[in-house]
Amino acid sequence: MQKSLNIDPGKCTGCLQCEMACSYEHTGTFNPSRSYIKVFTFHHEGRFAPYTCTQCDEAWCMRACPVDAITVDMATGAKVIHDDKCVGCKVCTIACPFGTVNYSQATGKVVKCDLCGGDPQCAAACPTDAITYVDADWTGYDRMLASAAKSLPSAEATA
Amino acid sequence: MSWTRKILRVNLSKGSCTSEPLNMEWAKLYLGQRGLASKYLSEEVDPACDPLGPDNKLIMATGPLTGTMASTAGRYSVITKGPLTGAIACSNSGGFFGAELKFAGWDMIIFEGKSDKPVYLLIQDDNVELKSAEHMWGKTAWEADDIIHATHQDPQMRVACIGRTAENGCLYAAVMNDKHRAAGRSGVGTVMASKNLKAVAVRGTQGIGNVDDAEAFMSATGDGKAVLAENAVTGQGLPAYGTQVLMNVINGVGGLPARNMRDVGFEGAENISAEAMAEPRKSDGKPNLTTNGACFGCTIACGRISTVDPTHFSVKDKPQYQGNSGGLEYEAAWALGADTGVDDLDALTYVNFLCNEDGMDPISYGATVAAAMELFEEGVIGTKETGGVELRFGSAEAFVAITEQMCNGGEFSADLGMGSKRLTEKYGKPELSMSVKGQEFPAYDPRGIQGIGLNYATSNRGACHLRGYTIASEVLGIPVKTELNDTDGKPELVKAFQDATALVDSAGLCIFTTFAWGMDNIAPQIDAACEGDWSVENCLETGERIWNMERLFNEAAGFTADDDKLPRRLLEEAIKDGPTKGQVNRLGEMLPKYYEVRGWTADGKIPEETRQRLSL
Repeated sequence: MQKSLNIDPGKCTGCLQCEMACSYEHTGTFNPSRSYIKVFTFHHEGRFAPYTCTQCDEAWCMRACPVDAITVDMATGAKVIHDDKCVGCKVCTIACPFGTVNYSQATGKVVKCDLCGGDPQCAAACPTDAITYVDADWTGYDRMLASAAKSLPSAEATA
Repeated sequence: MSWTRKILRVNLSKGSCTSEPLNMEWAKLYLGQRGLASKYLSEEVDPACDPLGPDNKLIMATGPLTGTMASTAGRYSVITKGPLTGAIACSNSGGFFGAELKFAGWDMIIFEGKSDKPVYLLIQDDNVELKSAEHMWGKTAWEADDIIHATHQDPQMRVACIGRTAENGCLYAAVMNDKHRAAGRSGVGTVMASKNLKAVAVRGTQGIGNVDDAEAFMSATGDGKAVLAENAVTGQGLPAYGTQVLMNVINGVGGLPARNMRDVGFEGAENISAEAMAEPRKSDGKPNLTTNGACFGCTIACGRISTVDPTHFSVKDKPQYQGNSGGLEYEAAWALGADTGVDDLDALTYVNFLCNEDGMDPISYGATVAAAMELFEEGVIGTKETGGVELRFGSAEAFVAITEQMCNGGEFSADLGMGSKRLTEKYGKPELSMSVKGQEFPAYDPRGIQGIGLNYATSNRGACHLRGYTIASEVLGIPVKTELNDTDGKPELVKAFQDATALVDSAGLCIFTTFAWGMDNIAPQIDAACEGDWSVENCLETGERIWNMERLFNEAAGFTADDDKLPRRLLEEAIKDGPTKGQVNRLGEMLPKYYEVRGWTADGKIPEETRQRLSL
């Protein structure tokens, strides 16, 4: 079964536990500047949005890479960067329509979410379930459910 | 380790920035943040100095856990000699600035001297420089934050800065960070302004990779988060209602002061409560509260993100105040609301925005306005002094007008900026200042709740609930319920809360965790992160050491047992009605015992044997 990160911005409080968990997993440091997931704050609107790679099936980044440094992890479906091949050309960062592949000055390579090999630490660290790791076929179903609930006649009307 | 072991020393007179190693011997005795920076202040500053002169220093300090994955571990404190009180000041703030400072590789910044011209400090990891802030002087804290972000084009940069009230000499000005988080009390922002320092902008990319025992740390912090999530206060009450959950609770037990503490019990409490903030309003169908927001690393997320009703008179013609911003917390809602008698939620939210925008402590500000209102109603001052404002209890229009005047430096702003002690002295009515050591009370009446009165009287930074939150025990029953009107056992309770709080404030953690966490939850997190012995016992002793060190600073600054007192109103004017009717605070029954359990002399001095016991 393929699983996906499912992000519900409405539940996010902007605490950045996900960024710390991600950076700790990948660099051994608590360091949001090295996180592959980013939480954006829209101050005026009072909203927060965690954002990271959605692992496109037809991944633009993978197709754009001139040295085949991005491959598919067959266990998780994650598009994974191989540091030994990446030359830091950044073409993938241009190809990605979502901006979720990024260059890291610290390593001279590009970085992106790799789903932590199937146990994404951002989801594990999220205190409000704004980030969950679910059956890929079920992404978006919670919103569909919420929308369906809204379309029901009120309890009084059915009683 | 968790400390970065590096201090940034900025001499504003010389314009120099130098790196020096953290004194690790002191770190093992005082941990970090509040404790460690207070140690530096005590060693480097003459306690008798003029708080607004170049000899005072201003320290921004993180704790060893700041910037780690421990829940709430994003705190930093501003430590200095406070101008409102003349006592040691230590104001703690959340948001994201503290963690960013740590990620840039610094445990603390010590500012000394005074710059000739307005400057701001720019920190990008090891690259540190002072830059001209002449174009920002005279701007609000929000404008300064925006200018810095526009200049450096780095959305991840975090800014701590002062607003116009600090520049204008208001003695309770705050250091604002991340726009609506504040190192709020005692006038730490005023000290920053006195040094011609407008802002500190920081971007850190180094992270923290040196926790002492990573495996134990992840396990201990994970356990801690589970405790917070399962606790009714930290897991449900605070995220849903924020600290404002207290408004109706405290009013209900007869502990909510109103109208400059002339009354206890506020008939308008419900209108300004958490429940009211969640109620959809008529004009646009939205509630005051948009959502809750977290400070760095916080799994509680009690922060309020609010809007003012766009049709409300205060913001109707001001679209810049119609969006979301930092909403009312309990202490602000009380001081701005119950204490001024104003129960207009939108007016209070707007005034709270202005307090954030121009960097004022809303507790001291609200309480000072309340004192001015009483002066006005007694006929001691009139519209001549207030710039034409009919400054009466309960008038939202007057409150909004006087606050705009305050921020803009209008007629009455110099008087209000003195704080209630100096204001009431100036007009010959010192008994109307509801303060200890010159700092105004927060939102719990010491007549209704005895222990908090003792805590106020003995707090090292003047009246403050955050020095020993006995309300947890006296009202909420955490960790055990004590009776509101009992004085027995309160000296011991106050000491225990004061010492534990000093430790939490020195770790990088938020005191709100202690609704759920005991020291047995906290010590293992510190112990795993830091080298040395951080057992429960050592943590508590460290807290006691810090408390006594602060007391010694104040003693050298000229404070005596005579300053451990409450205003006459709270000792003699009994509560007129409600569940606590007839009560006064019985400080005299508690204070001698408090000195005794602290190991102090009968006149509140710290004897040699207590100093030795605490390695002071």
